[in-house]
Amino acid sequence: MPLPVLTPNDFASDQDVRWCPGCGDYSILAQMKKVMPTLGLPREKIVFISGIGCSSRFPYYMNTYGMHSIHGRAPAVATGLKTCRPDLQVWVITGDGDGLSIGGNHLMHAIRRNMDLNIVLFNNRIYGLTKGQYSPTSPAGKKTKSTPMGSIDNPLHPLSIAIGAEATFVARSIDTNIKHLAETLKRAADHRGTAFVEVYQNCNVFNDGAWSYAKDRNTKAETTLELEHGKPLIFGKDRDKGVRLNGLEPEVVALGGGIAEDDLLFHDERSPEPSLAYLLSRMRYEDGFPEPIGVFRAVEKPKYDDMINDQIEEATKMHGIGDLEKLYNAGETWEVE
Amino acid sequence: MATATEKHVENLDEATVRFCGDSGDGMQLAGTQFTNTSALAGNDVATFPDFPAEIRAPRGTKAGVSGFQIHFSSKDIYTPGDTVDALVAMNPAALITNLDDLRPGGILIVNTDNFDKKGLEQAGYEGNPLEDPELEEKYKVHQMDMTKLTRSAVDGLGLSVKEADRCKNFFAMGLVFWLYDRSLDPTLRFIDAKFGKKPEIAQANVAALKAGYHYGDTVEGWNTQYLVEKAKLPPGRYRNMMGNQALAWGLVTSAKLSHKRLFLGAYPITPASDILHELAKHKHFDVLTFQAEDEIAAVTSTIGAAFAGEMAVTASSGPGIALKGEGLGLAVITELPMIVINVQRGGPSTGLPTKTEQSDLLQAMYGRNGECPMPVIAASSPSDCFDAIQEAWRIAVEYMTPVFFLTDGYIANGSEPWRIPDVSELNKVRVKHPDPMPDSNDEGAPKFMPYARDEKLARPWAVPGTPTLEHRIGGLEKQDGSGNVSYDPANHEHMIHTRAAKIAGIANGIPEQAVDGPDSGDLLVVSWGGPYGACATAVHRAQAKGLKVSHAHLRYLNPFPRNLAELLGRFKKVLVPEINCGQLQMILRAEFLIDAIPYNRVQGKPFAVHELLEKIEECVAS
Repeated sequence: MPLPVLTPNDFASDQDVRWCPGCGDYSILAQMKKVMPTLGLPREKIVFISGIGCSSRFPYYMNTYGMHSIHGRAPAVATGLKTCRPDLQVWVITGDGDGLSIGGNHLMHAIRRNMDLNIVLFNNRIYGLTKGQYSPTSPAGKKTKSTPMGSIDNPLHPLSIAIGAEATFVARSIDTNIKHLAETLKRAADHRGTAFVEVYQNCNVFNDGAWSYAKDRNTKAETTLELEHGKPLIFGKDRDKGVRLNGLEPEVVALGGGIAEDDLLFHDERSPEPSLAYLLSRMRYEDGFPEPIGVFRAVEKPKYDDMINDQIEEATKMHGIGDLEKLYNAGETWEVE
Repeated sequence: MATATEKHVENLDEATVRFCGDSGDGMQLAGTQFTNTSALAGNDVATFPDFPAEIRAPRGTKAGVSGFQIHFSSKDIYTPGDTVDALVAMNPAALITNLDDLRPGGILIVNTDNFDKKGLEQAGYEGNPLEDPELEEKYKVHQMDMTKLTRSAVDGLGLSVKEADRCKNFFAMGLVFWLYDRSLDPTLRFIDAKFGKKPEIAQANVAALKAGYHYGDTVEGWNTQYLVEKAKLPPGRYRNMMGNQALAWGLVTSAKLSHKRLFLGAYPITPASDILHELAKHKHFDVLTFQAEDEIAAVTSTIGAAFAGEMAVTASSGPGIALKGEGLGLAVITELPMIVINVQRGGPSTGLPTKTEQSDLLQAMYGRNGECPMPVIAASSPSDCFDAIQEAWRIAVEYMTPVFFLTDGYIANGSEPWRIPDVSELNKVRVKHPDPMPDSNDEGAPKFMPYARDEKLARPWAVPGTPTLEHRIGGLEKQDGSGNVSYDPANHEHMIHTRAAKIAGIANGIPEQAVDGPDSGDLLVVSWGGPYGACATAVHRAQAKGLKVSHAHLRYLNPFPRNLAELLGRFKKVLVPEINCGQLQMILRAEFLIDAIPYNRVQGKPFAVHELLEKIEECVAS
């Protein structure tokens, strides 16, 4: 029987969406619902797992299976689910506080195991649900209710963390760049292994404009750089600037005047060596770089959920299907008359 | 060599032997071998391994002493014994820390190696105890330089001095095997299986074992062998089982009989780690073992596995359970079936990691935020773990709830004979998952209700992958029925009461509390968990003395059996012995308004039967 044709609406649950008006989460939800019908999977095979925070209300709004779990632990819940049920497509929805602060440990371990999960981290650089404290991605000096004199913590950079944990798929997109966001989510869904996606997401109540440089239609061509596999790193409204390597340092150069496209750094998302992806993850607007969006890294490696189940198959081949009588009676036993 | 003296055999009902030495001396191995051999010889056995928390404390110090005690008998026994009949001490530190437990007239076997100035000082002796004439008066003392004797036994096998010296536990074993007329065969088979790939080590161990045995047979001063006849256990095939192993096998059995995959999410912690180790060996039973990054991931991955529809288990000890607290709340509010095992140890905090205690009862009952009821079940002995854990799974599935399962270090590492069951006689747990909803495009068609309840107040276990049952669960309060997030005050109160009523209702599905002895009298001893054996033994002795004492051992701690209040009321006094400061006693007082008398020891070790008996006599007399 052919699968019924699904539409984005089929993935909307009957629950009222209760994010603040103007929240970037609405756009991510809309793109997710748009991507779902393109995956060729029935609704019942898809599960959304989240932790705590504004972003983590996400599963309630998807008409799939879902669990809104506890602070930071969504990757671990998803790990138990996916280990038992490799047939399911499992999405982890998290935020910068949930994923990098209280759940940093689980995020790192889910990634390094290469469990087949799609992790989407909504990064708004603030704690929204607890009303405006600084987050692990807030810039140093950020003044909030809990840091009236400015934050003295150095921020974490989600993609650098993911690449450091040997992620096999790493990407970045922006809530308002809807076409790019949908494409990025689709790529993540298609990846076999842990796919980690950071989405620049605006909190218009507690941290409005955190990403304005990357979103503003007048500046984004200069401040962001769309990565394409096999293509040189070119950006700018007139596509007249690029990034090249000077030794181990990236530098922004103007094209022309002796500098050709071939002199630039070419993007290779499939490179087994993650150093260039890491270097891209460290390019920051505040340091004078365009910030890359798109797929930083996409490589194939064995997946934990396959391997753990392969071991069961292997053990069964070695010992036969587990037999209780055999188990009980193996080794030293004795009879009492 | 001629036989030095005429030997004779003395029959005993029972005996208790303890091997003790440095933690690198192989005392646990010696004890385990002696246990298995005694079990195979048909004795009832009970063991008590006691080891330090340090992997290798400085050699020769009191901190590094490791011991293993075996009680073996021709009768039913329930404890590893209060006092020791034969003590093997491998060094001065072992002697000074264990001699007090040797009964007057008992056999003392001492390895005299290390009884030099340094060794004696390390142990805290001022002089050499072996030169004290009182020692010979009080005990039957046998001194020998086992290190030297072992070296000469393995001479010519090409071993280094270090390798040769490591065989001395086999010499000690051989000697004790001779003393109690034990067959060497099981240990010879063990050596073959364990060291078969290192033939020179295998040969050396065999040589040391036999040298010890022949030493007893030939050397002057050894003129009595002791014989403990077979025990009259119920007919059947038996094997020796440790608590953690029985627990793991019970889990494998439950999973198989309920046609589920078994998922264990665990983080290593003493004394629970052996459950993870044992299950990891049985992957061909469709067992998935996940060594999580921490205790929180262990419990939350288990929740994920329960959501997936499989038999989900997490196992830890007190400090790990403390970390799991928030996750357990999620398991309760999502009403997913799973088992949470706490192998209790001495606390608070890291406490006494290798010593036993039963002080996590209140943690299991109340150690979570909010009104968060969970059923609590406790095993009473190593072999009981096999049955009790299957009961935990039945309750988890029938009532859609996480279930707390308590054991302790004493049960986990202790061992006893286990009658191998017929698989056909074991209880199967029937797991129901709802079918897809009837196909309907009708706007008003009934929708799946993830929090609809059956007669036991359990909700349906709908599994991802089932079409038409898509639903969302989570930690926010649920509207009863629909499962939608609800902040409605009346609904919250209703759900609090519903979850509590569901757990309380389990009392209708468990047996009434049994009592060992008459069902009324002067004193009822109420126990739970590891002290079962000591309490049973002490009560039997009190009964033999004509005292009107009975014993109720609780497997179900939440909810209590429905006849418990009435049972408690039929005795003039109620005594509650616990290896804590009175946790069950406090709950019994609160629940039943009775003046339950506490009896508590919190020393990291099990109760001594004679102390309990004294307390029972005191209660009856006053």
